[in-house]
Amino acid sequence: MSGKTLYDKIWDAHVAHEAEDGTCLLYIDRHLVHEVTSPQAFEGLRLAGRPVHAPDKTIAVPDHNVPTTLDRAKGIENEESRIQVDALDTNAKEFGVHYYPVSDVRQGIVHIVGPEQGWTLPGMTVVCGDSHTATHGAFGALAHGIGTSEVEHVLATQTLIQQKSKNMKVEITGKLKPGVTAKDITLAVIGETGTAGGTGYVIEYCGEAIRDLSMEGRMTVCNMAIEGGARAGLIAPDDKTFDYVKGRPHAPKGAQWEAAMTWWKTLKSDDDAHWDKVVTLKGEEIEPVVTWGTSPEDVLPISAVVPAPDSFDGGKVGAAQRALEYMGLTAGTPLSDIRIDTVFIGSCTNGRIEDLREVAKVVEGKKVADGVRAMIVPGSGLVRAQAEEEGLAEIFEKAGFEWRLAGCSMCLAMNPDQLAPGERCASTSNRNFEGRQGYKGRTHLMSPAMAAAAAVTGHLTDVRTFT
Amino acid sequence: MDKFETLTGIAAPMPLVNIDTDMIIPKGFLKTIKRTGLGVNLFDEMRYDRQGNEIADFVLNQPQYRSAQILVAGDNFGCGSSREHAPWALADFGIKSVISTSFADIFYSNCFKNGILPIVLPQEAVDVLMKDAEKGSNARMIVDLEAQTVTTSEGESFSFEVDSFKKHCLLNGLDDIALTMEKKPSIDAFEEKAAQARPWV
Repeated sequence: MSGKTLYDKIWDAHVAHEAEDGTCLLYIDRHLVHEVTSPQAFEGLRLAGRPVHAPDKTIAVPDHNVPTTLDRAKGIENEESRIQVDALDTNAKEFGVHYYPVSDVRQGIVHIVGPEQGWTLPGMTVVCGDSHTATHGAFGALAHGIGTSEVEHVLATQTLIQQKSKNMKVEITGKLKPGVTAKDITLAVIGETGTAGGTGYVIEYCGEAIRDLSMEGRMTVCNMAIEGGARAGLIAPDDKTFDYVKGRPHAPKGAQWEAAMTWWKTLKSDDDAHWDKVVTLKGEEIEPVVTWGTSPEDVLPISAVVPAPDSFDGGKVGAAQRALEYMGLTAGTPLSDIRIDTVFIGSCTNGRIEDLREVAKVVEGKKVADGVRAMIVPGSGLVRAQAEEEGLAEIFEKAGFEWRLAGCSMCLAMNPDQLAPGERCASTSNRNFEGRQGYKGRTHLMSPAMAAAAAVTGHLTDVRTFT
Repeated sequence: MDKFETLTGIAAPMPLVNIDTDMIIPKGFLKTIKRTGLGVNLFDEMRYDRQGNEIADFVLNQPQYRSAQILVAGDNFGCGSSREHAPWALADFGIKSVISTSFADIFYSNCFKNGILPIVLPQEAVDVLMKDAEKGSNARMIVDLEAQTVTTSEGESFSFEVDSFKKHCLLNGLDDIALTMEKKPSIDAFEEKAAQARPWV
């Protein structure tokens, strides 16, 4: 019998019940909740007269709808958004779950708050009614998004009905070249596998280039596992993980810390583990990348040109044609010639302190190009506070960036931060779908450093040659 | 949840690949705190112009597909956001089954919670069904969950796979939570064991 993968080990430790057909009840250690995908679930509990099974393992924070402008204390103008945030407030209090309201400095994007507060720990099962829950996999946790019916199921039973996924290994060997970041890794992987390449799998990212990443970088990589279609992405915990977790408000302490460490150190795939699929990329061959189309798989090195639709096969030909039309691009145009109107730096993909440090390095002493609207939205109130303490905020403001309060903001544009029709954005977020950042808005995904360089030059720019 | 047994209906062709949940139901409609009423906004940005007028050539605006109950779609349908508003909108419009070569994981699972049957078939089969769907309202496709088959208007049949538990729930319109509640002793036992093994959780 072959050994176990990390996913196998976490799975095995959380099966509360297994039926004869292999359908399992998977126990959930942490349930994160935000305002958009939870109101119907709480309403379902109320109608059935059910309590939340484990309020102590349930953490609620509003993020999608919250305004990020400095005057947000005055309240939310849009009535529907306000009702949704108010509903979370009511539900969190009524059902007695942990809660970080908009007014709390710890409020932020749920996937940034979880790790920051030490809710996310190695070996856990973590779910949230949000596809980017994969982020928490960076800690060696099994973390994935669920729908609202499943949110209700977890609230009521602290379990999920699950079938096991297959195991996929994504190895990034060697060292990254200067100017290449975690975002480039994760986009390059999706470029390689396609957005359906991970369907049915849980990915474990490994290899020297992954080991070399900080926890922030690992979160960026795992965050976009879902864009590759995978149920979850995870990375085996190591000293970097333990150092990050230690001392966080909800991390174990004292003897419990020691006990946890004993288990956590066993959380890695066995050498003889079975992999259903293996993808290997050479770290030194990865270049800074950008997306040109309307799917995260539409990714190319910044040195490339806009591709011709007939260079694809099958259904992708029509999709590429539609994407170029939507994006207002012509095949053959160098990607670095594409002019932009807006820059968005933030999101659960790239709204952490390290991302902001990368941006500051690029823009220090420079100015945002004329006519470009550039905003930086920290992932949490604490990230914002730290950036201010480190002097990063001052660099951003001097360069002409808007320095905002924490939230999901223009990643999905449910709050007022939206693109106008035809506007083109260099964005550090995770999805370039049609209309994602605003009706008819055009999104190019890239790393924080690349987005920062684009803000200064006014066009997509190779950060390696940017001075 | 309504039971799903056999469905005979009009199928609408949507050959585009990677139809994401932002397309199925744009974010502006996620602000609801209800599950109902989203059908009118299904595929909103593809279906209407900004003045709210229907875009005539969008498939579900064409007279022959306005009462479609089946979608035959390109690869990787339902990718992106986990929003259950996507199957809510499909169900509210009247779509009861979607056929594609593959579905995104979360969307696939969300469908079953809402009485929608997602069917995965090989490319060749989907190609045949797409052609059949293109015939419009004269063609009726038959989806038989019990037998696990899809049959074209010309009688050509394709078998599909579906997880036995999901099939059972859909056929009987069962509520997951009530089923899981029956296993509460197992959950309680697990919690007790886990509290010993991992007290820090």
